[in-house]
Amino acid sequence: MVAFSLPQNSKVDTGKAWPKPEGGDLREFRIYRWSPDDHQNPRLDTYHVDMKSCGPMVLDALIKIKNEQDATLTFRRSCREGICGSCAMNIDGTNTLACLKSIDDVKGPVKIYPLPHMPVVKDLVPDLTRFYAQHRSIEPWLKTSTPTPQAEWKQSRPDRAKLDGLYECILCACCSTSCPSYWWNGDRYLGPAVLLQAYRWLIDSRDEGTGERLDNLEDPFRLYRCHTIMNCAKACPKHLNPAKAIAEIKKMMVERRL
Amino acid sequence: MAETHTDKRPLSPHLQIYRPMLTMMMSIVHRITGSALYFGIVFFVWWLIAGAISAEYFAMTQAVFGFWLSKIILFGFTWALIHHMLGGLRHLLWDTGHGFKLSTVEFMARANLVLSIVLTFALWIGVYLVRGTL
Repeated sequence: MVAFSLPQNSKVDTGKAWPKPEGGDLREFRIYRWSPDDHQNPRLDTYHVDMKSCGPMVLDALIKIKNEQDATLTFRRSCREGICGSCAMNIDGTNTLACLKSIDDVKGPVKIYPLPHMPVVKDLVPDLTRFYAQHRSIEPWLKTSTPTPQAEWKQSRPDRAKLDGLYECILCACCSTSCPSYWWNGDRYLGPAVLLQAYRWLIDSRDEGTGERLDNLEDPFRLYRCHTIMNCAKACPKHLNPAKAIAEIKKMMVERRL
Repeated sequence: MAETHTDKRPLSPHLQIYRPMLTMMMSIVHRITGSALYFGIVFFVWWLIAGAISAEYFAMTQAVFGFWLSKIILFGFTWALIHHMLGGLRHLLWDTGHGFKLSTVEFMARANLVLSIVLTFALWIGVYLVRGTL
């Protein structure tokens, strides 16, 4: 449902300004904070980080703040090189991975929020339960009806090439949570990430569940809430294009009726 | 324990914090112009019916449409029509699976905006040149 403003319990208050550390090259970070234990509204805390002793990426600064200033700051991270998708968050107004976002690319204070329009578990950690359930709903595995071959399922090079630009998706949810259509109808619209995954299986030459997969997507909401707003493709830290994948699914829907 | 907190989880900020981008703006403007056209068509139908009722009634309607405020609204309506039409062409291209390169998307958004303004003025100037009045 479209609700432009935040619910009362979600409005962001002005938070605490943490003491500035020693150092000459300070950058300001404004970070969204919320803890279930405080029984208070979310707030925006201000931290300063000395860039002389900090790595170049936003994730480096977050880790430094957590290590040196505020151990309660909570965020997900793992690989620190853009392959796990854990540190997806909203930095400087767009969704991206903190480990791939250079601090130098941000002008002024670096504003960091959790992925937009999601229930917050704590600080920068959103609840992705629904997102994963939606991924499960498209049955992201090979579906076949012919007998399993002795060796591997074979695929020609041109058929394999069709998966390029799709298989690289790391399910970080940057695209889905950048999409206004997903904000307003996330309970019924599958969103860009899951639809890109759906297309990855639809276009796989080895998969034999195409008709069934399309039947499952033929729905005013699940697929057709995509209005080509293009926030998804702009946000994707892996430079993929979910909007194009969705357009290809829509084409498949038309083509199978011709 | 976890369940008791779940209900109270805040919703993370969205529109409030997302950087406005031209493509996103053009999408919402496409929707707004679409709605404007939907309601605006009532006036067009009124004008058509007026012509079918009587010469006097039509003259009265013409006078209403000729009022300066009406002309401004009509100008806006023309812009909405052209903007929405060009947006429709973009969507038509996208429906063929083309025009998804980010540079293309950006270019088309700009072209849509600029062309809608240029064509609206061109249309009104054209009407002025043909009729000698607005």
